[in-house]
Amino acid sequence: MRNRTCYAAAVISCAILAFAVVMMVSQRKVKAAPPTEGAIEGTIKLDGTPPHEKGIDMSKEPSCAAIHKANPVKVESVVVGPNGGLQNVVVYISQGWNGPAQASTVTPEFDQKGCQYLPHVMAVDVGQQFKVVNSDQTSHNIHPMPTPGGQNHEWNKSQPPGAPPINSSWAGEEVAIHVKCNIHPWMSGYMAVVKGPYAVSDNNGSFKIENVPPGDYTLTAWQETYGTQTQKVTVAAGKPATANFTYKAK
Amino acid sequence: MHDVSTHAAHHAPPQGFLRKYVFSLDHKVIGKQYYGLGLLAVLIGMVLSWLMRLHLVWPNAAIPGLKWLSSTGAPGGIMTPEYYLQLMTMHGTLMVFFVLTNVPFAGFGNYFLPIQIGAEDMAFPRFNMMSFWVTFVGFWVLIAAFFVGDGPPLSGWTAYPPLSALASAGPGEAVGQTLWAISIAIFCIGQLLGSLNFITTTLDLRTKGMTLMRMPLCTWAWFITSCIGLLAFAVLLPACILLILDRVAGTSFFVPGNLVISDQLIANHSGGSPLLWQHLFWFFGHPEVYIAILPAAGIVSHILVNSYRRPLLSHKVVIYCMMAIGFLSYMVWGHHMFVSGMSPYSALAFSFPTLVITIPSTILVLIWIGSLYGARLQVNSASLFALGFVSMFVTGGVSGFFLAQPSIDVYLHGTYFVVGHFHMVMGVAAIFGMFAGTYFWGPKMFGRMMNETLGKIHFWCTFVGAYCIFMPFHYLGMVGNVRRYSAFVDDYLQPLLPVHKFITYAALFTGAVQIIFLYNLIYSRFKGKPAPANPWDGTSLEWATSSPPPWDNFGGKTPVVYHDPYQYGIEASSGDYVMQNSPEQIQTVREDK
Amino acid sequence: MAKFVAVTLILITIGSAIPIIAHIWVPPADISTHGHLIDEQLSDTMFEAGICFIAAQIILAIFMWTASSRKPGEKIRNFPGGAKALVTAAFLLVGTEVLALGFFGSKAWGEIYFTPAAADSLPVQVQAGQFAFYFRYPGPDGKFGPIHPEMVNEASQNVFGLDTTHDQDAKDDIVTAEMGIPVNKEIHLLMHSKDVGHSFYVRELRIQQDFVPGLDLSLHFTATKVGRYEIVCTQLCGLGHYNMKAYLKVMSQPDYDAWMKQQAALQ
Repeated sequence: MRNRTCYAAAVISCAILAFAVVMMVSQRKVKAAPPTEGAIEGTIKLDGTPPHEKGIDMSKEPSCAAIHKANPVKVESVVVGPNGGLQNVVVYISQGWNGPAQASTVTPEFDQKGCQYLPHVMAVDVGQQFKVVNSDQTSHNIHPMPTPGGQNHEWNKSQPPGAPPINSSWAGEEVAIHVKCNIHPWMSGYMAVVKGPYAVSDNNGSFKIENVPPGDYTLTAWQETYGTQTQKVTVAAGKPATANFTYKAK
Repeated sequence: MHDVSTHAAHHAPPQGFLRKYVFSLDHKVIGKQYYGLGLLAVLIGMVLSWLMRLHLVWPNAAIPGLKWLSSTGAPGGIMTPEYYLQLMTMHGTLMVFFVLTNVPFAGFGNYFLPIQIGAEDMAFPRFNMMSFWVTFVGFWVLIAAFFVGDGPPLSGWTAYPPLSALASAGPGEAVGQTLWAISIAIFCIGQLLGSLNFITTTLDLRTKGMTLMRMPLCTWAWFITSCIGLLAFAVLLPACILLILDRVAGTSFFVPGNLVISDQLIANHSGGSPLLWQHLFWFFGHPEVYIAILPAAGIVSHILVNSYRRPLLSHKVVIYCMMAIGFLSYMVWGHHMFVSGMSPYSALAFSFPTLVITIPSTILVLIWIGSLYGARLQVNSASLFALGFVSMFVTGGVSGFFLAQPSIDVYLHGTYFVVGHFHMVMGVAAIFGMFAGTYFWGPKMFGRMMNETLGKIHFWCTFVGAYCIFMPFHYLGMVGNVRRYSAFVDDYLQPLLPVHKFITYAALFTGAVQIIFLYNLIYSRFKGKPAPANPWDGTSLEWATSSPPPWDNFGGKTPVVYHDPYQYGIEASSGDYVMQNSPEQIQTVREDK
Repeated sequence: MAKFVAVTLILITIGSAIPIIAHIWVPPADISTHGHLIDEQLSDTMFEAGICFIAAQIILAIFMWTASSRKPGEKIRNFPGGAKALVTAAFLLVGTEVLALGFFGSKAWGEIYFTPAAADSLPVQVQAGQFAFYFRYPGPDGKFGPIHPEMVNEASQNVFGLDTTHDQDAKDDIVTAEMGIPVNKEIHLLMHSKDVGHSFYVRELRIQQDFVPGLDLSLHFTATKVGRYEIVCTQLCGLGHYNMKAYLKVMSQPDYDAWMKQQAALQ
């Protein structure tokens, strides 16, 4: 009689133990995305008439000119979407971020396509690996030109069609590094190097910065023509904070 | 005539391995060292040319092994546009300086000039040794450019500023370009030391009976070349120094103000003139090409006479022609600059002497060919290459005729026509002179005969191959195919791609054939039949001593000269010739003096 | 062996001459008013150089053949006339040739360089910079606005560094990536380099001229045939040299006017 009780007690203890272990493990998983993480989203708009952007004549590179024959390309220094949204604005946390500098785990791609940079503006974290790819039939040279004297150093490498991607990263914060191609002088792009999470606005001017723990932050928006604007934002657990920016067209 | 026994060259035989073979004062060892350095340079230069030709025809192909030389220059083995230009720059620099200026002049000249005038050594043996080691250092400084920073410079062997003066102007234009300029400056110093030696030795150390007119034609060529070189390198050296100053010391000899590179204003330069570099460079550059060709022409004359078994129609005329070419070479530099932006009036002024220099060159060719008439030709590898030189010199000279005229140059400048022209004269004719010299003098220098069959195969394949490579360059130029392009993307170039393919195949074939020469050279060095003192029945003093000569050239017996250098085609006790130092009285062959 | 080489040489000579005689690879048709002078010079030189080339190589081959067949003991013969005859021939033949070509060639050269541009020529400025050509037309005021190098910004397509806000003359300047010109009208080409040495080469127009940084040079020419031609850079200027080109569009006057209107609207 006693043996059966002991046996039962042992089985039940094991079961409880197993259940507890399972709960703990699943709790850990749940901890990885706690219901307390927040996000910052918003819209960036341009107030006023966008400046007249010059058309880009790619006739010296027939393979690229052919790609854009139906839709001629314009200078991308101010790109406004159909609803007045300002594209290519980098939004990042400039103060208050306590997490790791490299918050992102993806390897973004900076592509050369149709003799343009895609994306026109790419944001990366300090130390984050990114890839430069050439999808065109012509060689390009990638020539990022960071401000001299800082942690980021200028480089200039050609990438023939079919060459492997160029892997690189930046050592210091810089908003933003101008990238140009000397072979196709109209090509212009930017790499913004920040610490912590970031986002770049789309054609509607919308952005969303994910994985922001609750707290008070200073948000900075940067646009290549209109410069920076800052805003304080408080992120609460569970719901995204909103921060909108408006730039005035000069 | 100076008393030979009291001059400075008299020294004790060398002892010890280093003194005998490394830091030798013996002009013969120094000559071989120059030859060896030139051989290394030409092999590297040739491989670079293969890489260039492969890329031109298959621009997006991965070249095996290239990514190990430079992962930036050839990511995944695919050559970038800048790396093509960097390899091209090194190809030109190595070939023009370390091969063409080194081997026919410093290599063979160092070895044979003292012997041919009956001297024990050069006038300044220590200067001589220094000149080689300085050149050696210059070589490795240049090679170092492959392995620093962005790699070698990409501005061509001509290094025109502002491209060559501004680090931001392109990859390789930082450390690589500075190393290039330093290397060339060092090279200039080596050449100046060498030239001083040659001139002094020729004027002061001729043995009894060796009047200037009795010197062999190659000796004359080395003497004239060293005179040209003294003035030419004396201008290149300061030009390189000024370039280095512009690059590192903030001066603006060659860089004007208000330049914008990659949207950045170059703020620390103003007032310089890019044309100043071009004038300085080509004032050196044109005599330089005659420095490259005259020794080969002299060597070829020397060999042809031996193989014709009769003297040239006029020994004096050949000497005067070489002098005229040397003199005129200083007046023509502007023909490289017809469309450069210099005054169009000076273009005409430069065109005239450029056309006039055709005359002595034509006379040389006519004498080489005319002396063959009625001669009894001895065919061997050396004489074949010497005759090949004549053919190549004609071809190259004829294309120069077009470029000498500014109006035609408007169309042909900067095209493959120019590249074909200078490769014909320098890249083939001068190289043929070097091959001829090797086959002719190899037995004397190494005491071993080279394999004649291999030599003849080497000749025929190289002769045909070289024409197949460089003749089409002229056709490409006629269509307007621009040079120094790393790829042919323009519309008008597309139909020419098959021609480029043909050239690449010819280049790879001709390059591969050189293995025969290398094998012959190395094999004969160790396993060749021992060479007699005078395997070719020659008349000049190098054949009056053993193969190889003893350390003091004549074993203590200073030769005395009785005859003109080329007493061939006569009835004499030793055959159809009499040596310069033979006291035998013979009826001299009637020559036009 | 000598005979084999002699035959090889003759074959090479004939083989080299065939493409020239058959006009396989020739300059493109000339579309300029001065080009025919260059083309005549080129044909004359080709004819004379060709004869010299073929004669020298064939004679060398023949002499190699005969000289290698001579037996020992045969008497050595001198070329008739000896060195004197050859020297005289060189001076007379080559001398007259070079004088003639030099004299006639200077006419062609003079057409391009010794005459100033006509007063009513159309001014077009071309700027060469790593690695593209851009062109500027003065607009209705006929004046080119000043260049401000510190304002050059390729990203915003201000390649000439114009200050259209403050410089009146610059306001109506028209900047293009293709060079459009009317046919049969003299063009006064003003050449400016933004950075390093470049060169302007249009094969069909038979013109070529280097850009010299710091030196503003000019050329004039008249195009005689409507069409689209390539302007290519012929002075090594860096990694993109091979891809540095622009198109030249020679158009009828009405087409040119329409094109100019189109370009003005894109500024």
